[in-house]
Amino acid sequence: MEKGKTRDGYCLGIESTADDFSVGIATFKGEILANVISAYIPPEGGIHPREASRHHAEVASKVLEEAFRKACIKPRDLAVIAFSQGPGLGPCLRTGAAVARALASYLHVPLVGVNHCVAHIEIGKLKAGAKDPVTLYVSGGNTIVAAFDAGRYRVFGETLDIALGNCLDVFAREAGLKQKPGEPFGAIVEKLAKSGKRLVPLPYAVRGMDMSFSGLLTAAIKALQKGDYKLEDLCYSLQETAFSMVVEVTERALAHTEKKEVLLTGGVAANRRLQEMVRFIAEEHNAKFCTVPSEYAIDNGAMIAWTGVLAFTHGITTPIEKSYVRLKWRLEEVEVPWMK
Amino acid sequence: MDEIKQPLLIKKGAEAHLFLAEWHNKIVILKRRLPKKYRVAALDDQIKTYRTIHESRLMHEAKKAGVPTPTIFFVDVKNSTIIMEFIKGKQLKQLCNEVSEKKRIQLFREVGRLIGKLHKYGIVHGDLTTSNMIQASDGKIFFVDFGLSEKTRELEARGVDLHLMKRALQSTHFRYAEKCFDAIIEGYSNVLGAGEVRNVLDKIREIESRGRYIAERRR
Repeated sequence: MEKGKTRDGYCLGIESTADDFSVGIATFKGEILANVISAYIPPEGGIHPREASRHHAEVASKVLEEAFRKACIKPRDLAVIAFSQGPGLGPCLRTGAAVARALASYLHVPLVGVNHCVAHIEIGKLKAGAKDPVTLYVSGGNTIVAAFDAGRYRVFGETLDIALGNCLDVFAREAGLKQKPGEPFGAIVEKLAKSGKRLVPLPYAVRGMDMSFSGLLTAAIKALQKGDYKLEDLCYSLQETAFSMVVEVTERALAHTEKKEVLLTGGVAANRRLQEMVRFIAEEHNAKFCTVPSEYAIDNGAMIAWTGVLAFTHGITTPIEKSYVRLKWRLEEVEVPWMK
Repeated sequence: MDEIKQPLLIKKGAEAHLFLAEWHNKIVILKRRLPKKYRVAALDDQIKTYRTIHESRLMHEAKKAGVPTPTIFFVDVKNSTIIMEFIKGKQLKQLCNEVSEKKRIQLFREVGRLIGKLHKYGIVHGDLTTSNMIQASDGKIFFVDFGLSEKTRELEARGVDLHLMKRALQSTHFRYAEKCFDAIIEGYSNVLGAGEVRNVLDKIREIESRGRYIAERRR
């Protein structure tokens, strides 16, 4: 382990930034012993923060129990509790934070507040064996191209408005599609896009290193309502246009930083077409393409547990009075002393 | 195009390759946009064609605004290639690490003036970074890479343009990003006046607060 830390132990991580409540357990050596995820699927519409948080509170004890059972450890074996402190939806974050605080004070172990975006990068590195990648993190709530520089993960490019995953989700809802457990909107759009052939012109909005998806979404919905195009063609065009945008920015970050790895993570990382596109640019720049198994790409407790380990073993803890949730906590505000 | 002699690849960009070549007894730069394997052909053609035409047009118009840019000699849309003047000099990205602080401030004041002229004329550059500025041997600063430029007078677009410049400084020269940006704003206000600068600074602040996950947003 790191210098000065010979003690081994377990860290429990709680993730609750948005629609998923998840508990993960990691060892200080980086083994993931449990990663239990409970997803909230709204009966209709998008995620209502209060309803999602109600789901989190309802399933919390069940998810915790299952995580302990899977990891074959007892609560008193824990050395530290980590939780996602932000960014995310207030009510959802608060539910997870409350569980984490309760556990930490009951067990008399330290608490670590983890940045959700840092956690996505860290679990990606751990699971894909990457050391210092350019990361493309695309999900329903975030669209970020980041790379490590001078002590922090710097944001090279990001969305100026909505997230890429959000753009796909809203389009799918407008098209009357229904998501099911195990088949989120993204997977349905991907399936339809496979039989699409005709490229419908949609606004391609890359501004410098940043991207905009709201105009693309509006244009796609308008085209849908006009009824002149097949849904398959629209899904295909929406994917091709939006993915080309994020891949273009990622390629530029790769060219600029000259890093030798590209990490694709977040819920949208499950999309095969996007994986293929990112693989192309990795090859072009002699970089290794790294992607993460789906359970570690979506929001998950294991990433919080593992990042908690990294922080804790580098002397970072969060006193309870500073454990308030941070809804707008930017990736580049966080120091990452475990990276050199 | 047959007149091109001995093209020498000098820069492999993410979007295009730059070649140094001889063309009608002149040393020129060839900017060739590359097909991107990750994009489907239809989208690829659309983006390449649009950017080739647009870039040449706006690079030429920038001169009318009083901003030095390489002169366009030839545009070959079919091969998405622009043949332009070769500017001998140094990129600001490199230069600003080599000069004294005083000199650096002067440089960025001039950069601000040039951005001001561009905006006053109605062009936003779209990719203002220190890699896209070259100081020629006579001291003139040339703006290059107009691939993401737009013709607009909207305050929003100008705000985003300057916001991107700020972001670029923060990611590549974060040690003195703030001072450089202040110098840019000073130069900018010399061209557009204090009132306009207040508007654009307010706009930048608004853009930043609109940005995702900013703590000050709620204030």
